[in-house]
Amino acid sequence: MSKPPFIRLDGVSKSWGGNRGVERVDLAIDEGEFVVLLGPSGCGKSTTLRMIAGLETPDTGRVVIAGRDMTAEPPAARGLSMVFQSYALFPHLTVADNITFGLSVRRVPRRERQDALAKAVSLTGLTGLEGRKPAALSGGQRQRVALARAIVAGHPICLMDEPLSNLDAKLRHAVRQEIRALQRELGMTVVYVTHDQTEAMGMADRVVLMNGGRVEQADTPDALYLHPDTAFVATFLGSPPMVLMPAESVPERLLPPGTPRDDLAGLDIGIRPEAISLAEPAPHRHRATVRDAEFLGAETLVYLTTGTGEAIARLPGRLTIRAGEPVGIDWAPGAATLFERATGKRLSLPPREHRHAEAGASHGGSAPPRAMGATGHPPHFQTETLP
Amino acid sequence: MEQLATYHRRRQALYGWLLVSPALILLTLFALSPTVATFWASLHSRGTIRRPSAFSGWDNYADLIADPSFATVVGNNLLYAGVTIPASIVIALAMALWANAKIPLRGVVRGAFFTPTMLPMIAAANIWLFFYTPGLGVIDAVTGLFGLPPVNWLGQPQTALWAVIVVTVWKEAGFFMIFYLAALQTIPPDLREAAAVEGAGRITYTRRVLLPLLMPTTAFIFINALINSVKLIDHLFILTKGGPNNASKLVLYWVWEMAFAYFDAPRAAAMTVLVLLVLGLIAVFQFRVLDRRIHYR
Ligand SMILES: Nc1ncnc2c1ncn2[C@@H]1O[C@H](COP(=O)(O)OP(=O)(O)OP(=O)(O)O)[C@@H](O)[C@H]1O
Ligand SMILES: [Mg+2]
Repeated sequence: MSKPPFIRLDGVSKSWGGNRGVERVDLAIDEGEFVVLLGPSGCGKSTTLRMIAGLETPDTGRVVIAGRDMTAEPPAARGLSMVFQSYALFPHLTVADNITFGLSVRRVPRRERQDALAKAVSLTGLTGLEGRKPAALSGGQRQRVALARAIVAGHPICLMDEPLSNLDAKLRHAVRQEIRALQRELGMTVVYVTHDQTEAMGMADRVVLMNGGRVEQADTPDALYLHPDTAFVATFLGSPPMVLMPAESVPERLLPPGTPRDDLAGLDIGIRPEAISLAEPAPHRHRATVRDAEFLGAETLVYLTTGTGEAIARLPGRLTIRAGEPVGIDWAPGAATLFERATGKRLSLPPREHRHAEAGASHGGSAPPRAMGATGHPPHFQTETLP
Repeated sequence: MEQLATYHRRRQALYGWLLVSPALILLTLFALSPTVATFWASLHSRGTIRRPSAFSGWDNYADLIADPSFATVVGNNLLYAGVTIPASIVIALAMALWANAKIPLRGVVRGAFFTPTMLPMIAAANIWLFFYTPGLGVIDAVTGLFGLPPVNWLGQPQTALWAVIVVTVWKEAGFFMIFYLAALQTIPPDLREAAAVEGAGRITYTRRVLLPLLMPTTAFIFINALINSVKLIDHLFILTKGGPNNASKLVLYWVWEMAFAYFDAPRAAAMTVLVLLVLGLIAVFQFRVLDRRIHYR
């Protein structure tokens, strides 16, 4: 039952002079898992990936792959392949030679090489381009060549550092699906770096959210979204991100059940914009003023000014709403999360923990808390269907 | 429609001619016409006050080839080119690879390699003249430590040409290194990483990725080294003056001698034409054969 993890990082750190790179990262990745390293620029995603690859040697800690301590081994000994952001194709070699470069370096017999090439080429849809040089390919095709080179040797691990960032949005979406399908088909373990959260949420079995060289939280995409461990995770994920407000500023009714009423001073309350509903101002609702509204087609983003700062509500359809209008904002108390302001950590509340455990048990089936938007207060602002 | 297209094509052609005309005029003035004039001169006899120059056909060429010095000088120059070109290219590449690696004092190493290039050839030759001085020079001082007798490197026919070759390689390698260094910096570092992940070690990476990507630079350097092996003779004036007994005489030095020491301009012109012919053939070979095997980015 408890198989040892396929890739394991034990307290891995790396810094350059005073430049902090990665600090004490622990990570366990199972065989066949699709793990995405996500985080803001400079948080150490690439560095972590490069330490798994062996392109960077950790200052402290161990890298264990398939049960072997690989910390000091060169990349070639680790049984992995890598897709670089720049693709790193050899410009003087044809597509076919690029793909089979590793095989020919390892002196794989010609016949086997040809077979592996044919398979990789057809899997990545490069048939007919084998004789071209990289300069004569489009960005998307180059990306496929890099992908084919990564899968041709049949290594069990594939590392990818922002492989889609040079593609246009539409292509990115299609290739995302293809990479995922390819990974499932070949049963590869993939560690994938991106700073694009939709990419991470859409592809990952597990997302490792990093910040300032540390792992902030590693969990399934929905757990990460629904139960953020820290205020950073809460505000990094989702667009627009979770709204944070001082807990004392909101009416007591809106605090999550189990909140320690006497000790609100150091707490922030976090609500997802889609969990917020708008109604007439009333004493039992949080007061706000509409600053602006953005109609995005399927939804409208309403920018609000509260007594303590800014908030965003995300409402379905189109709203008729004017800037400067006073409103009452409302949400299901269960949809809110409390964070300690000083540490950024989530405040564990007994009933919430209970629900968390439940959600964890029936994973994927649990309804997101936004379904609790039915608060019994029918929205005063009518959603209007477009003519 | 048809007319408009023709008009446009003509205009484009006119543009083209206008754009190349400055280069065309300058090249004609300073390269093409002197070449033609030289060739013309080589077909005439040497003029004296009593006997004016007259058309003499290929006589100058026949005389030239019959001259025993011709074989010596051409042989010298072939050896000189055959050693200095590969030696300076290989040393330049090795130094560039070294200076490009992450080593301590990288700046100092690069500077040290590059210094010979900044010296004028005459100054470099003077430095080496001191190195080579029999009995007193640096080389004899070092060999003397091992109890070896002093050697007159520049003064004996067996060693004179080799002594000149060493100076040339020393001077050129640093210059060519700069081109290699520049080319190496344009090679993205992730190619090395990709190669490492694919299992290529240092040597495999160098052989299968680095050298092919440096081929355009190598071709450029090769042509430069080739041209220099014919045209760079400044150091001969300082070091050996072609001696002893023609042992270190190179073609251009000989041409200079014929033209300005013996005032035999037509023969010098004939030799010049032969040199141009050989260089032209090599250029054609370079464009036709080598270029097709080189990957240009
Ligand atoms: N070779 C290096 N020398 C010095 N500092 C480095 C080096 N490589 C990375 N760093 C530093 O380490 C930190 C993490 O860098 P890393 O490349 O891992 O970030 P990242 O999460 O991949 O960011 P991005 O999304 O922008 O690619 C950064 O602060 C960076 O400045
Ligand atoms: Mg990065």
